[in-house]
Amino acid sequence: MYSYSEFDTAFLAERNRQFRAQVERRISGALTEDEFKPLRLMNGLYLQLHAYMLRVAIPYGTLSSAKMRKLAEIAERWDNGYGHFTTRQNIQYNWPELKDVPDMLDALAEVGMHAIQTSGNTIRNVTADHFAGAAADEIADPRPVAELLRQWSTDHPEFQFMPRKFKIAITGSPNDRAVTKAHDIGLRMLERDGAKGFEVIVGGGLGRTPMIGKVINDFLPEADLLPYLEAIVSVWNQIGRRDNKYKARIKITVHEHGIDEIRRLVEERFVETRKAFSGVDQQMLREIEGHFAPPAFVQADTAPYTQALQHYPAFRAWTDTNVTPHRDADHAIVTISLKKHGATPGDASAAQMRLIASLAETYGYDEIRISHEQNVILPHVHKASLPSIYSALKAEGLATANIGLISDIIACPGMDYCALATARSIPIAQEIATAFDDLKREHDIGQLKIKISGCINACGHHHVGHIGILGLDRSGVENYQITLGGDHTETATVGDRVGPGFSAEEVVPAIERIVDTYLDLRTDEDEAFIDTYRRTGLAPFKAALYPETKVAAE
Amino acid sequence: MPKAFTPKVVTANHLLAGDVIYQTVDGWTRKLDEAEVLTDEADADLRLIEATQQVDEVVGAYLADIAVEDGKPVPTHFREEFRANGPSNYAHGKQVDLAPGAYEDAN
Repeated sequence: MYSYSEFDTAFLAERNRQFRAQVERRISGALTEDEFKPLRLMNGLYLQLHAYMLRVAIPYGTLSSAKMRKLAEIAERWDNGYGHFTTRQNIQYNWPELKDVPDMLDALAEVGMHAIQTSGNTIRNVTADHFAGAAADEIADPRPVAELLRQWSTDHPEFQFMPRKFKIAITGSPNDRAVTKAHDIGLRMLERDGAKGFEVIVGGGLGRTPMIGKVINDFLPEADLLPYLEAIVSVWNQIGRRDNKYKARIKITVHEHGIDEIRRLVEERFVETRKAFSGVDQQMLREIEGHFAPPAFVQADTAPYTQALQHYPAFRAWTDTNVTPHRDADHAIVTISLKKHGATPGDASAAQMRLIASLAETYGYDEIRISHEQNVILPHVHKASLPSIYSALKAEGLATANIGLISDIIACPGMDYCALATARSIPIAQEIATAFDDLKREHDIGQLKIKISGCINACGHHHVGHIGILGLDRSGVENYQITLGGDHTETATVGDRVGPGFSAEEVVPAIERIVDTYLDLRTDEDEAFIDTYRRTGLAPFKAALYPETKVAAE
Repeated sequence: MPKAFTPKVVTANHLLAGDVIYQTVDGWTRKLDEAEVLTDEADADLRLIEATQQVDEVVGAYLADIAVEDGKPVPTHFREEFRANGPSNYAHGKQVDLAPGAYEDAN
């Protein structure tokens, strides 16, 4: 894991000192809210519906036990005893008081963490495959490159006042778990003829105008990454729309100018930016790679694991859903569900965070990841440790066996917390999870990803959910639009809207009708929801959702 | 024809705590049912101006629609209902903080 250099530490201390003084001036009245707002946003501090909200960056979703313990301490000392993990692999504290935020930032700095560029029109926290460094299907660990991008983009003088925010995701695996095609820039690590490089995807994004990213460069040599990305962001920074915030993201720039013209402009700019990179960035990358060397995997008998599988059905069920193959056959990747049925997706209490830290320390080579799906990962666990981990998780309410199933729902904070929301998300997620758990149907239903957003900004990724739910305000009443067939992976697709929206009370019955239709239509248990949908199309689902329309048409 | 003026309250977030507050005749409260009900448009505009001038106490003051039931203001839109009562996913935040015995004046 990357450890802060003397430079990183000094930079952070200075930024925190500046922000502490800014908070003091705001409290004294020397700064108005209009003056203070851009300063607080540069430090990740929002004012939400009920309170301030501090969004802390978790670069590429990677944490150590010390960092997780610090997050727990902050939750207890200055917040309401819990934190909320987000779809950008960040953590949000929903209840800080303004005067405490400088102390919270200083506490974060003690473990090399911060809230810089988690807001504002800057390059945001770079996200990565949450199985990075562990996945069996990985070509290379994307985290050293993600760390290089963090260092390049943090406080980059050219990119502090851009047309809008800018999001980058990276994966080192052909199976895309990092949603690269729905990012401003998506990077897929490749190897061609023994040389390392990237497929560079640009102009993806969700929000009010969802777009799947387009390939701007099908093989960018590794050494050209920073100058090429600098060229992309620089071109967009100049020609991106600043007249209309809804048309400011690079997806609109790519759409309006066309990918070929954007590619031409980027290549032109790249000639200039390339000269500015002397190769120091590649030296830095080599140094960073040293921080991400894989742990020395222990050799041990896996008998405790195989015995537990035979004797404990609940343990077996948990391993079926929450354990993923590791690149070392005797190890496994554990996904800890933050989606207990009826709980708030992505929330973890301080006690739960401490338990996860302790498990990572004892059994997991001190490594923890946060997924964009709002769960926590122990990326390296010897199989012999799985029974002990399961027992410990169970005692703390963290052993829900539902990863990838219908109750493993992404939900944005929605109107329970967010000032931008037009409807609630979390209670819809709670109701769906509880309803399907009551009927014990979710294991029969199989892989099905529901994603819920409480407004058009799509923080809950609803466009790329197999079932997407978007909460809107229709004449003062919450109303939910449903989309089907979305996909966040390497075969990324924006879902199809089924028709008129549903009231909050109608959402669970509507989801049940969709699921019943799928179960009737699937060829066998191995045909997942998304595959059935692709085979049959929207029509049978629409007929099930709007039977009155069908009758009227007959 | 101009739309008839409907009753309002002045609401904002508290600068230090960030939580939802309502203007009273002589200060601020965290309880909607203690807010000053404004039934006259000119009076409401004036009270809002007074609130926005308190830059070192409140943030983002605006006029929120309410209805009057049993002489007390109640929300007419679900957003204001959540602002008045706290998150609906489980009991925490305002609904717990403002439980009987937990109330502190916002001033």
